Amino acid sequence: MKDQYWDSILSTKQPFFHFKLGEVWESRDLLWLFAKRDIAQLYKQTVLGPLWFFIQPLLTTLVFTIVFGGLAGMSTDGIPPLLFYLAGQIFWMFFAEVLNKSSTTFRDNQAIFGKVYFARLIAPLSVVINSAIKFGIQFMLFLIFYFFFLIWKGVEIQPQIEILLLPVLVLLTGCMGLGIGLIITSLTTKYRDLTFLVTFGVQLLMFLTPSVIIPVSKFTEKYPGIAPYVVGLNPLTAVIETFKYGFLGKGVFTWQYFTMSVVVTIFIFLAGVLVFNKTEKNFMDVI
Amino acid sequence: MSKPVLNVENLSKQYRLGGYGSGTLTDDLKKWWYKLQGKEDPFLIIGEANDRSKVGDSQYVWALRDIDFEVHQGEVVGLIGKNGAGKSTLLKVLSKVTGPTKGKAYIKGRVGSMLEVGTGFHPELTGRENIFLNGTILGMRKREVAKKLDAIVDFAGVARYLETPVKRYSSGMTVRLAFAVAAHLEPEILLVDEVLAVGDAEFQDKCLGKMGEVSAEGRTILFVSHNLGSMRRLCNRGVLLQDGQMSYVGKIETALEKYLGSGEAQTSGPKNRVTFEPKDALAYLTEIFIENEDKEGKNTFLYGEKIFLGINYKINDETRGINMRMSLARNGELLFLSQDCDDDFGMLGKKHPGDYRIKLKLPDYLKAGLYTISVWLMEVGKPKEEKIDILSFVLDDTNTDTFYRSFAKDMPGVLKPKLNWEYIDFPVPVETQ
Repeated sequence: MKDQYWDSILSTKQPFFHFKLGEVWESRDLLWLFAKRDIAQLYKQTVLGPLWFFIQPLLTTLVFTIVFGGLAGMSTDGIPPLLFYLAGQIFWMFFAEVLNKSSTTFRDNQAIFGKVYFARLIAPLSVVINSAIKFGIQFMLFLIFYFFFLIWKGVEIQPQIEILLLPVLVLLTGCMGLGIGLIITSLTTKYRDLTFLVTFGVQLLMFLTPSVIIPVSKFTEKYPGIAPYVVGLNPLTAVIETFKYGFLGKGVFTWQYFTMSVVVTIFIFLAGVLVFNKTEKNFMDVI
Repeated sequence: MSKPVLNVENLSKQYRLGGYGSGTLTDDLKKWWYKLQGKEDPFLIIGEANDRSKVGDSQYVWALRDIDFEVHQGEVVGLIGKNGAGKSTLLKVLSKVTGPTKGKAYIKGRVGSMLEVGTGFHPELTGRENIFLNGTILGMRKREVAKKLDAIVDFAGVARYLETPVKRYSSGMTVRLAFAVAAHLEPEILLVDEVLAVGDAEFQDKCLGKMGEVSAEGRTILFVSHNLGSMRRLCNRGVLLQDGQMSYVGKIETALEKYLGSGEAQTSGPKNRVTFEPKDALAYLTEIFIENEDKEGKNTFLYGEKIFLGINYKINDETRGINMRMSLARNGELLFLSQDCDDDFGMLGKKHPGDYRIKLKLPDYLKAGLYTISVWLMEVGKPKEEKIDILSFVLDDTNTDTFYRSFAKDMPGVLKPKLNWEYIDFPVPVETQ
């Protein structure tokens, strides 16, 4: 009876499954203001502003096209190499940025987290929103090249109905990066050893994600034994491959791989949120 | 009696001192192993009281231990204690910034905290954008902020700068804006940590006034400040913390008296006489004491008794520019400063080696209360030795009938001057002829 009178109880115990998503919804205003703040911070006192977002994927794609497509002569499933690598890059960059930035949530926000309480998830979520906006701009770049090849060059491209899955793909990529990022930031508040792994781990992971550099079909051909596991357990592979299949009509798309990707992503995301919420409570004492 | 809004039960918080490394990893593994077996955390038993000035045996200290009190709606509660007593930790736990190690706290209603002025202010954003950002960080909805925007800008007095990035603001303006946002929060419980130390006197007054208003509206405030004067003015209850433990809960006057009288406010030594070790310095204090006209050292004086402050110091070599300064505070509120060279600049001139002794009569217009004396040895305008709140005494009025006297202890005002109420005209009944 006593417990019913009070609105909240602070104690050492909290239920294991406590996602606190209601709290996040309550403070959605803050989410937008945070996102706005970060964007403003990015553009302030630059001349080119968002144009800078084009430079990075463009240069990487060019390098990939020359090195992997040109010099190494690797297959791109008959897709123009530029489109093939650009498609992989924009998704990979979105994923990598969400992961990298959210993996330092606690350290980046310790000043503000130490002084006031609000739903902690807001901070990494605003990272996702910002990266998604950046992704949107880079997607425009992709579309420009897409139509350039389609109309100007007359390359035969057959979009598939799976093109409609695009919003789901973006959501999956964001959740995946966020989930891993949350787990990493939670594990590195006290012992920071893991942070050394993150930066180059993400780079290595790119090579473990077929579809960013080589088509899944070629990968499966080469390593028929391990391919199903790599493609199935690395949700990003199915995401990028679905994107390529939808827009370019080439690639391996199966509902089996796709469902697997969704399941793994949801699992990682929820695990990330749980671990994050567990750590959030006392992280100020150890960071 | 109004309903309780906050109930703190045996709340404790343990911290581990030192950095993190492989040593802490073994402790962590041990904790984890005990937890796995379902036993109690072994490190909860070994923690020590948190006395920051003493070297302890344990790496684990209790920043808070078994804090237990209840707050009712509309109360303004002051948390009192020296640095490191656990005041801020308590506010942090209550505002959910960090969790307790043991115990519970029950909260009724929304909690707003102001542990720092301007949390989350972003220098690149304009004043208006920062009001919204800061307001929502502190727990307001966007439309609530929009509704109060005018009031906030008005309170801060920065209307002209509203569309200018905060990085162009003066530091005072930033503080004003930040406090204005926080002051317009409408939580049921407001936690405020030492934020009034910034800002000019006029603004501090305004803030205190605002906090008074807030409590008059029936909201509850938990308040930390080292300005005991404003504490006395604002709070009606006090919680006295000492090394993380609660030593008193009750009326603010009693709490402040206990705090000042318990030797907490003093750095060392007895209250009416402090002697210092000889030092290898050009000039140093040797002894400071208070006594009455019969050279009796006392802790309690009565109205009418003359009180003398004695300051002895030694000069080792011929020098210039050494002088003495003292201050007197009543119930933590500074009354005045005074210097030996106030009337005579000759005091700053050449001084020969030897022992100097000063006898200083304290003024007669002191009102009953708890007094603390600070003494400085100054060298060319800079403090060379600083003895803050080194002596204390109680001035008692129990020997005087204070009924309907303006200098009764509970009357407002801090001084008991003897003024000459001279009537120029005093009409008397005219004799009928």
